[in-house]
Amino acid sequence: MMERRVSGMVFVLPFIGLYCFLLILPFVMGLWISFHRADLFGSRHWVGLDNYVRLFADPVFYQAMGTTFTLAVLIVPALTLITLLLALALNRASRSAAIFRGLFFSSSVLSVTIVTLIWRFVLTPDSGLIAKLLTAMGIEPLPFLSDPNLTVPALAITTIWWGLGLPMMLFLAGLQQIPQDMYEAASLDGANRWTTFFRITLPSLRRTTILVIMLQTAAQLQIFGQAQLLTQGGPSGSSRPIVLYIYEVAFGRWELGYAIAAAEVLLLLILALMLAQYWLSTRGEEVQR
Amino acid sequence: MTTAAHNNRLPLTALFGVLLGAAIMVAPLVWTLLLSLKSNSELMRDSSAAFSAPYTLENYRAILVGSDVPRWLLNSIIVSLGTTAAVLMLCSLAGYGFARLDFPFRRTLFVFVLLGLAIPEQAVILPRHQLFATLGWHNSYPGLILPGLAAPFGVFFMTQYFRAIPKDLDEAAMLDGASRLDVFWRILLPLTLPAQATLGVFTFLGSWNDYWWPLISATTSDKYTLTVGLAAAQMNYAQTSGLGFLMAQAVFASIPILIVYIIFQKQIVQAMAGAAVR
Repeated sequence: MMERRVSGMVFVLPFIGLYCFLLILPFVMGLWISFHRADLFGSRHWVGLDNYVRLFADPVFYQAMGTTFTLAVLIVPALTLITLLLALALNRASRSAAIFRGLFFSSSVLSVTIVTLIWRFVLTPDSGLIAKLLTAMGIEPLPFLSDPNLTVPALAITTIWWGLGLPMMLFLAGLQQIPQDMYEAASLDGANRWTTFFRITLPSLRRTTILVIMLQTAAQLQIFGQAQLLTQGGPSGSSRPIVLYIYEVAFGRWELGYAIAAAEVLLLLILALMLAQYWLSTRGEEVQR
Repeated sequence: MTTAAHNNRLPLTALFGVLLGAAIMVAPLVWTLLLSLKSNSELMRDSSAAFSAPYTLENYRAILVGSDVPRWLLNSIIVSLGTTAAVLMLCSLAGYGFARLDFPFRRTLFVFVLLGLAIPEQAVILPRHQLFATLGWHNSYPGLILPGLAAPFGVFFMTQYFRAIPKDLDEAAMLDGASRLDVFWRILLPLTLPAQATLGVFTFLGSWNDYWWPLISATTSDKYTLTVGLAAAQMNYAQTSGLGFLMAQAVFASIPILIVYIIFQKQIVQAMAGAAVR
């Protein structure tokens, strides 16, 4: 009997083996290397917490953190509001609504390099689409990709264009789950459109909204390709988010241990966010009961 | 606004908003397409030329003959299909094992797999790069495919799906003398086809669009995926052969994935929403 039971393991072992080798092992290696002065070519020297101490004294690290948070603050509220409005407008059974939903989602299937290629020549001041439109209206083109005050908003706009699809679909799924009889009861009570919206729709979307905000924040903390390709983090580091900083430290300065230490700090931020989401959505349910 | 069921007409302001949004979504795509259809020398003088004829397919011809782009396309297809096939196999086996079989440490192992959902790419990508460098696996197809196989979400997803299939089915087959592998292969696996499609499309899309890992693992042009190749092309833009050619590459690279999107729209939306909610 015992033999048969152990043989059941055969089905899960191939995955477990690869999972340990490709995810768990690198994860543990990462923690270990972060306590070393290590370069990309394998030389290692134990330094304890030194990488972390240096990190929290590094103005470039703080600048990258600041840029990342600015990006998140620019992107997350705007994206949440826009996709909520789109979902409300497109939550109907008509054929045209389906086409619009497909259109707003379509940019999400493109890779980051295609998106930046498209947006580079929308944003660039000499030959870009926005510059052409502004010039046609007699306005001086804006140097989106080189003015330190404009690079971060330019990255935010590109990211919003790219990322509308998923949150819109999540809001649509949330709207579908609201029982129709709640609206019928409200209309019997003579509630107007706005009362219905603020008393029924918005409270029912609470969990979805928390989910969207947390997912988007986690995604924006890890923003990378847009910044690396569109602005190379410049000018003078003003648009360098944290993952680009990690990339540059590892592959530009070859300081592997230091780069991984920065990645571990990012990991803690993301985990804190996941816990916050869990806490917020479960606490809400207790209140409602 | 929310009483959609009763009143199927969109208020005028909302309609205007949707149309404006749609215009902003479409304009960059149309601009890209127009640029790709113009000769490079004309665009060099002024990119406004994109708004007027003559248009040409010259840039697309240049992609197909004598550029690296078809090679990158082939690499992307090999890597994405390889990853998808392997993930489906591994996750189906593991999902069946976790959902149906009893073996020591089953619950512990399942929780161990779920923990992987909390580990973001950033926390493992650099040490994994180091590991693969030690093993000499960079610039190879296995080097590009393997990292995609540690997919805890896929195992979670398939386990849920197998659990939802009534147990009487396999019990009846076992009574008829079918082996456990028979039950898995002939009875249960065909029933999971919708889940396979969803997970497959989701995996394919993720692998096709992956940027961080192939960027650091594939460093020679002959092993670039389309995503990395296009990144290199735009980084070297100043020296290369022109705006129209570059934009034709963007269009060319978008076409396969947009076709996949149009065919599998339902699965893609379901899978992305499912992965988000999990």
